[in-house]
This record gives sequence, C-alpha cells and structure tokens, in this order.
Amino acid sequence: MFSRLLFLIVLVGCAAANAAPLGEVDARFLLTRTGFSPTEAEVLRLASMDRTQAVAQLVDAATTHAKKPVPAWLNEPLIKPAALRNASVDERRDYLQLDGRRNFDTKAWWIDQMIATPTPLAERMTLFWHNHFTSSGQKVRAAQLMLRQHLTLRQHAMGNFGQMLHALARDPAMLIYLDGAGNRKQSPNENFAREVMELFTLGEGKYSERDVKEAARAFTGWSVDRENEGVFLFRGAQHDDGVKTVLGQTGNLTGEQVLDILLAQPGCAEFIVAKLWREFVSPEPDPAEVKRIAAQFRESRYDIKVALRALFNSPKFFAAENRGTLIKSPVDLVVGTARQLQLSYTDALPFALVAAGLGQNLLAPPNVKGWPGGEAWINSTTLLGRKQFLERLFRIDEMRDVAMMMPAAPAMPTAPAMPTAPAMRPNDGGAIQGIGQLGPEGRERFRQAAASIRFDAPKWLDQYAGKPYSAVRRAVLPIEPAHPIKADADQFTLLKSLVLDPAYQLK
Amino acid sequence: MSHFCAARRATLHRLGGIGLIAGSAATTMPGSVLAQPTAAFERLLILVELKGANDGLNTVIPFADPAYYALRPRIGIKREEVLTLSERQGLHPSLKALHDLWNARELAVIEGVGYAQPNLSHFRSIEIWDTASNPQETFQDGWLARLFGHSPVPVGFAADGVVVGGNDMGPLAAGAQTSRSVAISNPEQFLQRAKLIHPEKPVAGQSKALAHILRVEGNVLTAAQKLNARHNFQTSFPPGDFGNQVRTAAQIAAQTAQKGGGVAVLRLSLGGFDTHQNQLGTHAALLKNLGEGLSALKAALTEIGRWDSSLVMTYCEFGRRTRENQSQGTDHGTANVQFAMGGRVKSGIYGQMPNLTQLDGSGNPAHHIEFRQLYATVIERWWGLGTDASRAALGGRFQPMDWLRA
Repeated sequence: MFSRLLFLIVLVGCAAANAAPLGEVDARFLLTRTGFSPTEAEVLRLASMDRTQAVAQLVDAATTHAKKPVPAWLNEPLIKPAALRNASVDERRDYLQLDGRRNFDTKAWWIDQMIATPTPLAERMTLFWHNHFTSSGQKVRAAQLMLRQHLTLRQHAMGNFGQMLHALARDPAMLIYLDGAGNRKQSPNENFAREVMELFTLGEGKYSERDVKEAARAFTGWSVDRENEGVFLFRGAQHDDGVKTVLGQTGNLTGEQVLDILLAQPGCAEFIVAKLWREFVSPEPDPAEVKRIAAQFRESRYDIKVALRALFNSPKFFAAENRGTLIKSPVDLVVGTARQLQLSYTDALPFALVAAGLGQNLLAPPNVKGWPGGEAWINSTTLLGRKQFLERLFRIDEMRDVAMMMPAAPAMPTAPAMPTAPAMRPNDGGAIQGIGQLGPEGRERFRQAAASIRFDAPKWLDQYAGKPYSAVRRAVLPIEPAHPIKADADQFTLLKSLVLDPAYQLK
Repeated sequence: MSHFCAARRATLHRLGGIGLIAGSAATTMPGSVLAQPTAAFERLLILVELKGANDGLNTVIPFADPAYYALRPRIGIKREEVLTLSERQGLHPSLKALHDLWNARELAVIEGVGYAQPNLSHFRSIEIWDTASNPQETFQDGWLARLFGHSPVPVGFAADGVVVGGNDMGPLAAGAQTSRSVAISNPEQFLQRAKLIHPEKPVAGQSKALAHILRVEGNVLTAAQKLNARHNFQTSFPPGDFGNQVRTAAQIAAQTAQKGGGVAVLRLSLGGFDTHQNQLGTHAALLKNLGEGLSALKAALTEIGRWDSSLVMTYCEFGRRTRENQSQGTDHGTANVQFAMGGRVKSGIYGQMPNLTQLDGSGNPAHHIEFRQLYATVIERWWGLGTDASRAALGGRFQPMDWLRA
C-alpha cells in the first residue's frame, strides 16, 4: 500500500518534470547526449519545449537522408578478382591506394554530414550501428561496398532493428568482413555465426558452441558475386540444407530463419537496449529500466524510435547523477567542437583524420567488437592528442600545423605480404590504419584542408558579451572544471582553459 | 562561479594536499607502506603480445610427428627448413634470431599453454589472459594492475608500466585499481604534449569518468618528469612499427630507478597474427619481424647492462587450429606455445608438445600449462614476491615454473 502510494508520488513527480519547459541547461544536455555539442541557437529552439515534446521532436524529426551529396564513385565498377590477382605489384599498390583514398572520401563526407546535419541524432544512430554491425575497409578492400553498407545502416538507423539485422546479414561488405562469403557446405566458416550471436543480438554466454556450429551451416551459401559488382548471391550448391538445431529450434533452417530465431529470443531486445543505454545514458545500465524499455521495444517488433523515445523519456536519462558521466568519443569531440565553436573549414578530411588519430577511425574499427568506448577512449596518448587538437584551435595562425598532429605516414607496404588479418592488427594508438593509402595526392589535400580550418574566437565570444563567466562555462562544460579558473582571466583565456580542462572530455 | 572555485582551491591548499604537480595525486596511495623493497621491481618485465593469436604449431614445429604433416599438407613447415631445437622440434625458419638466443642458452620454449574450457573469441580470450580470470568470470582489472594494487611499485618509479605498443592497456588496465601506467609510442612527442596538462592538483573527480581522466593526467605528469633523458644506443633497430616499439622500450629501460626513473613493466605488441587465409607468407613475415625486433631488444638491453635484469615473455589469446583450413590458413585454436627470454632464463623446452592425435571436438589439443602459471612464475620467481601477492593478482595459487635462474 505504502509502496503503491510512493509509486504514485514518483509518477506525478515525473509527469510534472516532463510538463515543465526544459530550460537552457536541460535542453543543452538533451542535445549533447542525443547529438553533438549544440550551438546557442539549437539550445534556444528546444529550451521552451517540455521534455516529452522535445524528445518527440528530436526523434520524429530525425532524418537519416544524407544532406551532402554521396561521393560520386559509389557506382563505379568494382575491380574484378582476376584483374587483382593478375596485377603487378605496382598496379596492386595503386589499386589499394585508390581504394584507401576513397574510404577517406567516405569518412570525410560522413564527418561533414555530421557537422552539417540539422538532426544530429540520425548521425549518432548511424554511427551507433556502424559500431554494432562493424565492418572494416581494411579487410573489405572495396570502398564502394563500404559506402553501400554505410547507406544501408543509414537507411535503417532509425527504422526497424529486425529488418536491419536481415539487411546487414546479406550485406556484401559484412559477408566479406566476417568471412561469410567463403562459408561453404563442405567447410562451414563460423565467424559470422558466432558474431551474429555474441555481438549483434544476444551477447556472450547466451548460446552454446554447438549453436554457433549449427547456425554456421544455415548460413552456408550466402555469398558475394564478385564478378557482378559484388552483389549478394545465394549459392544453392554451397548451402547445407540438412537438419540443424539452433537455440532449441530444429529443422532444415535457412539463414533467415536463424536470424528470426535470434530476434525471437527475449534477451535480444534487452541486449540492444542495454547497449543504447551505455551510448546515451550512463556506463552502468539500470536493470529495471532496461527491462521496461526492452519490453516496449520488443512489443513494437523492434521499432528503434520506440526504444529511443522510452530511453530519452526515462527519468534516469536526466538524473543529476548521470551528468558528466560519459566520455566523449573522438568523433563526439571533433564534431561537437566543430559544431559548437562553429569552426569554418573547406573539407572535413582533417577532422576525420584527427578522430582516427584519437582512436576512432571510421570504417576501420579495431575489430568486430567495434570501439570499446568509455574509459578506454582515454589513455595517456589519446588524452594528449585530444588536448593538442583543442589547443591548436586557439592558435589561429598555426592551424596549418594541425598536419603535424598526424603521425608520419607509414611507408606503403610494397610486397603483397602485408598481413591481411584485419580483425587484429597493430595499432599503437597514434598510427592511423590505412593513412599510407592516402598517397601524396591525399596528403596534399589533407594539408590544404587543415590549413583552412578557422575558429573565429572573438565572434564566438560575442554571444556571451556582458554575460557572466558561468554562461560560457555552462556552454562548454557539463560540470564544474577540474582545474580552477582564474577569476581575472579575459574571456579568450577563460574559454581556452575551459576547453583544455578534463571536464571538456565529458558529456 | 570562479569565486567558488578559488575558494575550493584555497581549501585544498590549507589541507596541505596540493602538490606542485598533479602527479603527487597518484603517489598518495592508501596504506603508503611499501609491501616490497625497490629491488623487486628493478627487475624489468617486458611483455610482447602477438595480437590476433600466433600459430604456435608453425612457430615451434613438431617435425618428427607425422600427424603434423597430415593435418597441414599445404601449410606445414618442411622438416629440412626448421631450425632445430631438439630431435623432435624446431623453430620456424624466420626465427633465426630466436635460434641464436637458444644457442646462447637464454630461451625458454613453453609448450601447451592455455586454460580449461577455452573460449574461441579473440576479445573474450584476450580479456581472460589480460585479467587472469577463469572463463566463467569477468574481472575489470588487468592482472598486473591487481598485483601493483597489492604490492605497489615504489613511488619513485616513473610509472608502474608503460604500454609501448597496442592501443589498449591490456594487463595494465585499471578498473578499480589506481594504476600508474601510461602509453608512450613516441617519447619526444609524449614530453612535448605533456605540457598541455595543467600542472596543479585538480579538484577531485566526481564521476568515475572524470576520476579516470584525472588519473591519466597525473600519470602523464609523473612519467614526463621522470622519463626525460635520452640514451644514445649503438644498437641499430629494425625499421617499422615493431622496431620503433623496441627502440622506445630500450629508451625507457635505460631510465632505471637509480637514475630517478624506472618502470616495472613494458608491454609491446605485434599484430596481424589472425591468419585465417594464405598464412604462409604472412606468418613468415610476422615471425621475421618479431625475431629481428627481439634480437635488437637483447642487444640494446645488453648495451645498457639490463639484459640480466630483464625478462621478455610473449603471450596471446590462444593458438590456432591444428588442421589447416580450406583457405590455406588456420582458424582459432586453444593451447599454444609461448617464449621467455633473458639473461636469467634457463634455456629449455617446458610443458608438453601438443598431442596431435588427441584433439577435442573442435580439433584442438589439450593444454598442459595453465597460463596463470606463467604469471605466477613472474610474480614469485622473477620479482620474488610472496604467494599472497600471487593470489591477489591471479585470484588463486598457481604453480610457478622452473625456467628462471636465481
């Protein structure tokens, strides 16, 4: 009886909080957490709405349609396997360089899109799924297929998780990345079957080794037609149509049926919602809330917008104890800074490379598990790299030196003996995978683009003319700075201290 | 607001807790009495991770076993090519450098290292190795971070450990522990960039995330202060990423505790070992890279008189499948061979060669040496720490092995 009363009070309390206007602080928090660090204009637009309205507005208005034109080479023919096999060492190097440059085109295009978008949530979700259904251009070696996969992720990012799972399972880049393309009846390859359970739907420990082996048989024959633009191809002769048992279900299972069995597991919605929680709310998912939201997600047959609305409307989302508890990813840091400080630039390539140098190389996650995120973003190397990027913004004349932040480009591998195992490759935290593939042309492009980046600090600070220090502080930091700010500092010095403060790495 | 901060700062001053540099934050460890004298950690441990899982069976080749050639008709290393270790085993021909160590009686070959109920996922299995856990349990802290929580590295050291290669902190990763480890891939750049950290003691972090960032800042300041000298080596280091790692490791090793620096652990890493297809050429190139790097490491450590106080040990998440796959590569396996080398290593072949005729359902051999025995050997025999330290780091007692001289 008493607990029911308490529940009612809490409920009423929540309703009241949901009905009051957000105000600037909460609007900024909501925008930062669901997108990137916002401009003052974005904050003002949202501040007068109540929570429910604001969340509905963010989720419903999110458009995953790319505003910037997609790189033009998307539909250029793929190189034929035979041509690559018969290529000389030089031709092979040229091909890899071209392919690498194109992947950098995609990264730059996407970062540009993230900075320019009116609906950052859509970009954050596309990035979230890229880190879920991972693939790496380092293994796929066909920029067109990586871009096609990106467009598929984009198409489903705010749509239906079940449909997205089915689409990604037959995505050519995914089939190459997780060796599905070579999964044949006579010699099943378990890679995709394992990861689809461990990483895409259920989580470790929710299936047996036997389930993996049996599911691998169901996916035999799912392949890529490399002679025909790398489209999905079902090779019936390679498919094992015998009886399999996966998670207790027995039959002549197809790959599609295995995916449906995974989607039908009650743990699937919880697995995804817990991951969304860690992305948007806090490092430690609240079990009761995850269960509640997962039930709605499952009820809706995996409508991603249902999960997002429930997540952002959760009282825990706005709870004081969860503010400043998430570490910005390198993309968050770079894109958020570019958006909030309204940096001017001609080409977003340097931003993509800075994020890569800080540990988040788009289209090249470290392994199939994606970027681990959280505290793992920050070690001594990446923290110093972040500070260097930020500090240079305040040395206007030296932005061209941002090029110096880049580690020297490693020499291109000359022999075909370059290790081809993308799931695990050396990364010393500073070296950027594939940067050698930029080639002289790409490096020149990078140098020019880096030199064009500008932060107009006086103009930016004008917004806060006559306002107290706390207005600037609240705009750039989610919590108090860790290093006390000198009270008598001018606004420029003040802003620089705030941006270099450890709290700037948080959201 | 700035007023408020200034007041807090003044309070800190009064409490006397403010050091000139933030590094002092890291040195105020709980129960500051050192469990061990400095001497223990003046012995350096250098770990080399073979990322992606090295194919042990093509690294130390059981050339006398017909089962080996039956399992690997296309990628087996021919008997006449191996560098002989015994009448039954030999090293891959690319490991000339390790063979020289063997001839110098400074190489331990440890066969059959693994754990029960092996996990075949890279991520999970390396996590098990890094955190020294059972397959059923997950720990946040690396085994070395836990060890240093129990037996702190002397506060005068530059850092507990330095990750020279690899973008994860691996066995030095600290969840609950207050680790003093940093990653340094380029020493000059490290020193330059360390200047961007505010040198004064910060206000205490409220969230775990902020506390983590502040800890990293403190570690950087301490390491930058103490690892700032350069040694000019006669040794020439091989080109490439791994050679650069070896050079950096040697630079750091030159800063011993007596010179006001010192670290207990260095971690290097060489990646690309996930050889699912066409592995012959790739694997040969990787092993050559490894051997040449380790050879330069020995030369550099000898040059600075630290070879006898250094132990180099390899590790990776698992071995590879005994039977070659259709793509002339190898899939994920279990038990594997690892190496230990150094001036105090007793040369020999330890553990047991895999029995290739008794494989489990997945086609993998059983392990004979539990991987935590390697760690127990390091803790108890290399550093001479007690069994309580071993238990604290490894969550139980594991039998140390006998491949070190006193």
